[in-house]
Amino acid sequence: METTVNNDWPVWEVFVQLKSGAPHEHAGNVHAPDAEMALQNARDVYTRRGKACSLWVVPSVEITASSPVDQGPFFDPGNDKVYRHPQFYKVPRGVKNV
Amino acid sequence: MNSFEPEIQEALFDYLLHLGDNRLVLGHRLSEWCGHGPVLEEDIALANIALDLVGQASHLLCLAGEVEGKGRSEDDLAYFREAIAFRNFHLVEQPRGDFAFTIARQFLFDAHSYLLYQKLQNSSYEAFAAIAAKALKEITYHLRHSHQWILRLGDGTEESHRRTQNALEDLWTYTDEMFLSESKDEVLVAQNIVPELSSFRGEWEKMVRDVLTEATLKVPEENQYMAKGCRQGRHSEHLGHLLAEMQILARSFPGAQW
Repeated sequence: METTVNNDWPVWEVFVQLKSGAPHEHAGNVHAPDAEMALQNARDVYTRRGKACSLWVVPSVEITASSPVDQGPFFDPGNDKVYRHPQFYKVPRGVKNV
Repeated sequence: MNSFEPEIQEALFDYLLHLGDNRLVLGHRLSEWCGHGPVLEEDIALANIALDLVGQASHLLCLAGEVEGKGRSEDDLAYFREAIAFRNFHLVEQPRGDFAFTIARQFLFDAHSYLLYQKLQNSSYEAFAAIAAKALKEITYHLRHSHQWILRLGDGTEESHRRTQNALEDLWTYTDEMFLSESKDEVLVAQNIVPELSSFRGEWEKMVRDVLTEATLKVPEENQYMAKGCRQGRHSEHLGHLLAEMQILARSFPGAQW
């Protein structure tokens, strides 16, 4: 880097959609002064080698995350709660993405 | 492959060199930012654009070699010509300067490329039209990138405004050359192979004026000395230094492969 840069640009989370209809998946993040520049930076950092058809950028501060201390009560696996697993019926052949 | 009248063949070769050299030299200048960008994201963006430009140059010089018909490849044309044989604008060979200078130059050049390539994609020479149409997608993005940066630098801090205005004042002397008609191009215009430069000068001036005004920047004074002569091989001292660095590897190890 040329000189010390006071980089206080906010961080944006980047979501890339690889083809129409597919979910936007989290790819990483970028620094940018505003939403338009965040899109441009995301385009350059995360889509330059592969195909993409849509990008979302979201200010990182707008994301509400669960807390690590919630891990037990939040994510206790329901393996012993058989009624939570709707596996008692057959999925017809030809139905995809289930 | 088309076979052209000797007069058209010669003019077309020269024109393709001109377009290719602009992109080769500017791409090389831009690549000097690699590892020195103001932030990581912009470093990557500039390197991407540099690669796009070198890729466009490669297509144009390859086609130039075919039109010339002497078996010269794009590498022969890029690495084994002297400065006097280069046909690029003075604009693109100037040292990279600061970030504002780089962005201001990209913007002036991108606006020109965007308008020129919209015409070139309808060239009567199909091979030329095809590579122009492919490049136009890249150019559209390049223009969006430099346009957005001009707005933010011009209407940003006092320092970014001052640096960008200074850059425009320094660069303005090289803008007239982008629209100087060459008598050797007339046969190409007559055949609808290339457009008349005057056909989009007004659009370029309006685009530049509108964006600079929105960015609170002033369009520099028109009445000043304007550089010319690039199509005759007249260049500033900077091109020789750039070529020395760009060509040293290919000249030291002819035929070197990755």
